[in-house]
Amino acid sequence: MGASQTRLEHNYDDLTEKSGFSHEQIKNLYQRFQQLSGNNEKISRDDLERIPALNNNPIRKQIITAFFDKRNQHQNDVGSLDEIGFEQFLMVMSHFRPVNSKATEEEKATVRKQKLRFLFNMHDTDNDGIITLDEYRTVVEELLSQSGAIETEVARAIADAAMLEVASTNVPHMAPDDFYEGITFEHFEQILKGIEMESRMHIRFLDKNAATMRCGKLSS
Amino acid sequence: MPSRTVSHGSSGRLRGLFLVMVLVFLESSVFTLAFASSDQHSPTTAHSDGHKATDHGSHNNTGKAFPVLDLNYENVRVPFEISLWVLLASLMKLGFHLVPHLSNIVPESCLLIVVGLLVGGIIRGTGETVPPVLDSKLFFYILLPPIILDAGYFLPIRPFMENLGTILIFAVVGTLWNAFFVGGLLYGVCQIGTESSSILSRIGLLQCLLFGSIISAVDPVAVLAVFEEIHINELLHILVFGESLLNDAVTVVLYHLFEEFSGIGTVTLVKGFLGVISFFVVALGGVLVGVLYGILAAFTSRFTSHTRVIEPLFVFLYSYMAYLSAEIFHLSGIMALIACGAVMRPYVEANISHKSHTTIKYFLKMWSSVSETLIFIFLGVATVAGPHDWNWTFVTVTVILCLVARVIGVVGLTFIINKFRIVKLTTKDQFIIAYGGLRGAIAFSLGFLLEKDHFPEREIFLTAIITVIFFTVFVQGMTIKPLVELLAVKKKQEAKRSINEEIHTQFLDHLLTGIEDICGHYGHHHWKDKLNRFNKKYVKKCLIAGERSKEPQLIAFYHKMEMKQAIQLVESGGGIKLPSAMPSTVSMQNIQPRPPTKPAAERAIPQLSKTKEEEIRKILRTNLQRTRQRLRSYNRHTLVADPYEDGLSDLFLKKQKMFQIEKKLKEMNTYLTVPAPPPDSPTMCRARLASDPQAYSIKPALNKVPMIQVDLASPQSPDSVNLLDEFGQANQQEEEEQGLMMKPPSRPREGKKPGEEDEAKDQQKLMRCLSDPGPSADEDEDGAFLP
Repeated sequence: MGASQTRLEHNYDDLTEKSGFSHEQIKNLYQRFQQLSGNNEKISRDDLERIPALNNNPIRKQIITAFFDKRNQHQNDVGSLDEIGFEQFLMVMSHFRPVNSKATEEEKATVRKQKLRFLFNMHDTDNDGIITLDEYRTVVEELLSQSGAIETEVARAIADAAMLEVASTNVPHMAPDDFYEGITFEHFEQILKGIEMESRMHIRFLDKNAATMRCGKLSS
Repeated sequence: MPSRTVSHGSSGRLRGLFLVMVLVFLESSVFTLAFASSDQHSPTTAHSDGHKATDHGSHNNTGKAFPVLDLNYENVRVPFEISLWVLLASLMKLGFHLVPHLSNIVPESCLLIVVGLLVGGIIRGTGETVPPVLDSKLFFYILLPPIILDAGYFLPIRPFMENLGTILIFAVVGTLWNAFFVGGLLYGVCQIGTESSSILSRIGLLQCLLFGSIISAVDPVAVLAVFEEIHINELLHILVFGESLLNDAVTVVLYHLFEEFSGIGTVTLVKGFLGVISFFVVALGGVLVGVLYGILAAFTSRFTSHTRVIEPLFVFLYSYMAYLSAEIFHLSGIMALIACGAVMRPYVEANISHKSHTTIKYFLKMWSSVSETLIFIFLGVATVAGPHDWNWTFVTVTVILCLVARVIGVVGLTFIINKFRIVKLTTKDQFIIAYGGLRGAIAFSLGFLLEKDHFPEREIFLTAIITVIFFTVFVQGMTIKPLVELLAVKKKQEAKRSINEEIHTQFLDHLLTGIEDICGHYGHHHWKDKLNRFNKKYVKKCLIAGERSKEPQLIAFYHKMEMKQAIQLVESGGGIKLPSAMPSTVSMQNIQPRPPTKPAAERAIPQLSKTKEEEIRKILRTNLQRTRQRLRSYNRHTLVADPYEDGLSDLFLKKQKMFQIEKKLKEMNTYLTVPAPPPDSPTMCRARLASDPQAYSIKPALNKVPMIQVDLASPQSPDSVNLLDEFGQANQQEEEEQGLMMKPPSRPREGKKPGEEDEAKDQQKLMRCLSDPGPSADEDEDGAFLP
């Protein structure tokens, strides 16, 4: 553990710069990473799927996939990884940092765009840059999946209605034969204008010692 | 208002006439009241004697003439006076809004106080004693509960919970700070600043502290009255308003504490400690009582499906009982009421009919409105009634100290709070919070309750309280609106919650919970999620009747939206032109994926030109009265006067065209959402309804070209259109096939069965929806307990 520890410490500044977390937070997250990966260097999907608390989450598949999605690494790669290292783990987590209240409007807009991009990537599974009707339907179905036997018709109706709303808000005058391909990123931003993403989409990353972190029991 | 189109002259004259009538009525009612209050002393005994005499007399039949017209005011005196006051209050409210521009400049509360002053002045001017109208019992048991219940029932839970920490700190710590600061400094001023023989120096520390605790509480009635009209953003509104509600617990505890201490005279540390404990007991006890009654109410509402008429009564009764029960134990009645309303709302709303929901909404609004009006008028009257003891030093020092204490308190607390908040409170926010700390009738009533023997300085206190109230309501109330404009504070967003926002809010909730779980960090979202699941699993099953208990929130939201649209459509008779922000021509057809191109053979069917096709589609759409309307921003074709509309002879033409269209459409799943038809006379609407294809049956496809058989000539005459059936049909169809889809023939048979199961559900839904819609919909948005 010693060697990797010192190696990690050298990287702290590097990581802080890339992800924006403080040293304390990175340390805490590293400890969590170690726990999840069973002290390995990399986390695989199984490691994440083993977290018991996630079982009740209707969109756990999407969440786990998001971790392994290359698009969320702030580089222009596409595709998915099989395992992620700590740095990549951190990069994904950095999407959930709260925005600094002293940030300028521009910075806030950038952060907002970043977070929206994360959401968009979660929906746009085939990475063609638009959320098609089918993809959106899948989203709604997943959302409702834990609520017992929901008729797929209702889920589809909701997704269709939502799609229609996006279309009518963004492209109000379409001729009857035009086809609205899907929700582009700009349209996505537009319809979610009402939700203040920069303040809603965050979790509190602790600065204090890991004593305050309670971790879910992992089976390994 | 329809009178707008009438010439201004006549409407102006009407208004003037109305105002004169109001004034005359006002005068006469005042005189009656004054007369009545003086009447009570002398003739009562004479009356009763007289009655006895006449009774005896009637036996003996002494030849007294039979009174054809008799005056007996005493029997009806009390109800009569009450009704008169309420009528006066309501007429005043009417009057204000008729006077142009007045309600924009001056908040209603100020005007009402002025009216109260006038009434009091008139009564006094006629030489009579002003009746002590703002009796504390009347205030606390009759006038205050409706306002608080209205606030609690429609409390927006989500922002409240999100800011609960901030609200609690402002309410508890802020009020304590205010009370001690004002009380302490006032004592200091009284001792130091004045001569030892003056009355002020005799005011003890405890009395000052008691006064401080009375005057320091922000008043929910005043806050509501003023903030209603300025429409600031939700965050600030909930902060100030939440504070005003929750500080009741602090006020109650402090009041009783100091009252008792100043009665006994000695303060010990143990008693102080007990005071702290009693605070928790009062607050938590109040909430507990409220929650208990709320659950009872929710449980009761589960069984009311057969007696819908008395559903609203349960809501009101249980809430009032919660309030009174809390008051029995000296717990915080306001908190009980809020807790009761907030807890019972999601479950009760899932159980009761739509009409009951509307009734509850209207009744609460009505009662709280009348209460508020009466409170302010009575404040004015009580000011005139006195008794007053004006002491320049005391009053001015009080006013100044209150302001200073509030500002320092808010600034100091915000500094601490901002360390824990993500969305920090800016200086502008702080200013509004400080400035919005209005005092009101609760302070006055509490002061009124003080006993004269324990508190010889009661009148000084009352005068000071009234002055502070006047100052805050008039000065701060009037200037807050221009200040809000000046400082460009964010206003309330009027936009309706769209379904996309709803979907993504839920998505975000789950996402953040998931990320928290991955981080291993049991935060905010984790516990919220746990509570939601508990709610869904156990609580909803108990408290919500039937099928609705399993309905996930997204679906409930969606159905609510659809219902609203349907109701609007029915209400307008199908003739409204909804003020849609963006009339768009997008329809489902535009977003459905294209079918693969068909082989050439099937294209042999004659192609219609594009424009004709569009025209025909328009006809189809305008003729299909579907009750499922989507959101306003959806498909609303701009309405072209259809050339084919009139005359039955064109029906045949339409039928032909429709067949051609169906051939063209083939396997496309086409949602034909229906736009609002042109504003028409009702008979035209009914004619259109009658000609509606009521049923869609699908001919067996012979060569894989499904066709819709449209039954145009319906047997129903225009006047016998049964809307209920229409709904039933439409909803049934909705449940089974989600739109006008052309499916292979085998489906409809099977489709009927799930349709029938749902019919019971639909009938319930229908029963709930066919009613006049409620007032402004912006309170409807919060569906679940913890959304």
